[in-house]
Amino acid sequence: MPVLGRLDSSARREDQVAHLAEVARQIRIQDLKLVHHGGAGHIGGDFSAIDILTVLYGAVLDVSPATVEDPERDRFILSKGHVAGALYTTLATFGFLPVEELATFLQPLSRLNGHPNRVKVPGVEANTGPLGHGLPIAVGHALSAKLDVSRRRTFVLTGDGELQEGSNWEAMMAASQHELDSLTVIVDRNRLQQGATTRETNDLDPLDAKAAAFGFSVVEVNGHDHGELLDVLSAVPFRPGKPTFVIAHTHKGHPISFMSNNVKWHHKVPDAEQYQQALDELDALAPDRDARRPA
Amino acid sequence: MTLTAKAPQTGSIADEPRHDCRNAYVETLADLARADHRIVGVVNDSVGSSKLDAFKKAFPDRLINVGIAEQDMVGVAAGLASGGRIPFVSAASCFLTARALEQIKADVAYSDHNVKLCGMSPGVAYGELGPTHHSIEDLAWLRAIDNLTVVVPADPVETAAAMRWAAATEGPVFIRVSRMGVPVVYREDYEFVPGRAVTLRDGQDVTLISNGTVLWRALAAAEQLAQEGIEARVLSMPTVKPVDVQAVVAAARETEGIVTAEEATRAGGLGGAVAETVVEHHPTRMRILGIPEFAPTGAAGFLLDRYGMSPDGIADAARKVLRRR
Repeated sequence: MPVLGRLDSSARREDQVAHLAEVARQIRIQDLKLVHHGGAGHIGGDFSAIDILTVLYGAVLDVSPATVEDPERDRFILSKGHVAGALYTTLATFGFLPVEELATFLQPLSRLNGHPNRVKVPGVEANTGPLGHGLPIAVGHALSAKLDVSRRRTFVLTGDGELQEGSNWEAMMAASQHELDSLTVIVDRNRLQQGATTRETNDLDPLDAKAAAFGFSVVEVNGHDHGELLDVLSAVPFRPGKPTFVIAHTHKGHPISFMSNNVKWHHKVPDAEQYQQALDELDALAPDRDARRPA
Repeated sequence: MTLTAKAPQTGSIADEPRHDCRNAYVETLADLARADHRIVGVVNDSVGSSKLDAFKKAFPDRLINVGIAEQDMVGVAAGLASGGRIPFVSAASCFLTARALEQIKADVAYSDHNVKLCGMSPGVAYGELGPTHHSIEDLAWLRAIDNLTVVVPADPVETAAAMRWAAATEGPVFIRVSRMGVPVVYREDYEFVPGRAVTLRDGQDVTLISNGTVLWRALAAAEQLAQEGIEARVLSMPTVKPVDVQAVVAAARETEGIVTAEEATRAGGLGGAVAETVVEHHPTRMRILGIPEFAPTGAAGFLLDRYGMSPDGIADAARKVLRRR
């Protein structure tokens, strides 16, 4: 897979959206291989988050392989650390990691662990994995930017089941108290957790009202629509002095027919037949024949 | 050998005036903050209990109070560090270490964020408030975490010295800051070196290893033992992790046995660290003094005495090691 990179910010919106869609498709193909060959991973959550990750790295975040150590870079914190596979694949696609290294995912002594490590992997900002850690760290980073009177921004992606951890709500109170409008929380709202729906487990609704009550400016988007994601994530913050809470409605396993919105695919590994079927479905989404996966 | 120890003015260390180490803490933090704009304080509503009112007045933007929310407090500190700040988290040690243990492990130590965790009023400092407010397990918990230096200063001089070192050094650190009054043990020019024990008193019969609020008690025990003709070596071991292996092995080789004494559980703290070292390198007779249980109601000093950490009690443990009673 080539490094696809990002279009110039002056690109027309329709070209930008088409590019992001194709990048996301390529990332899914790569991630499918990663999980299949690695023999483990969280493919359901990976596929739920890949469109969000693609739009962030492809068009929103002010960070690149050249500025990955720059103190003034935008920060992206993956709070749902179990979708490390999706993050590694995204980082490789945008040139932060060698694409060939993805083959080492979960292999002995690989730096591509099942959860990301900022000390070892360029582009990773926090060692997440235990849930409910990313949002407090993001608040701390946004506070540092405010103290520095810096324009650098902080984006954090959480799962929805993850919001059952109380530390998130502690952090949201602090974000609101400190008027951190450079902070954007994106919730991957796929409504499934490890073994059941969030509704059956510990319901989060009305999530929009809860986030608003905690002082956030709340926006809902289709988390698989690159245009909607691009428009919203490029426009934050919506209200001065308020942090932003983006509820991105998604499906675990999207868009694979037998994975999508199926709780069994939280961390299931596709067998040879399923792998081929998923590849075929992703191939069918290719914008034109030339862009299809080489045989 | 005893150069770093301050000579008692009164004849016995036990009769010296006592100091609350939090005063040295806040003075040093203000000095550090004046010299370096990256220094910030992070608290969980603990402005008063950490004595940070003056700091808050001097640096209103640089004292971040997240409210009563310890997990958030430590995560926020990690985020501040990722933005280039040097956060000193100041919170009661019992809540900081128990409630935010996973954040300390994942966000600070494993993530290698430059956070200074300061456990205020540790051990049994909150005596009569009871075991919910005691922080005797902190050393065992934190000593098990990789990439975290664990420091237990014994007096105001060492508290300030350890803070200056921590501010100047990249990496995660935990420092205990005591409120229980302690006499000054060190000379003013004492320089803290992580992982280094300090020989405060030399002796060839038995070694007393201690730190924090119990160190002066060990020195007072050594004074008593000397009157009986027993020469006790007193090692100050401010860094519980990493412990000074060389000094412990030398003590095991050169004296007949070792007594450790600390304001923490008998499992996994300083005593545990010394015992692990001794067993691996040079087995010797040992006694480990500490708090063995959820303590009953009582002031901090009363509780230390009760668990054998009065000067008499420590001297007694030394005699037992020497089998001289």
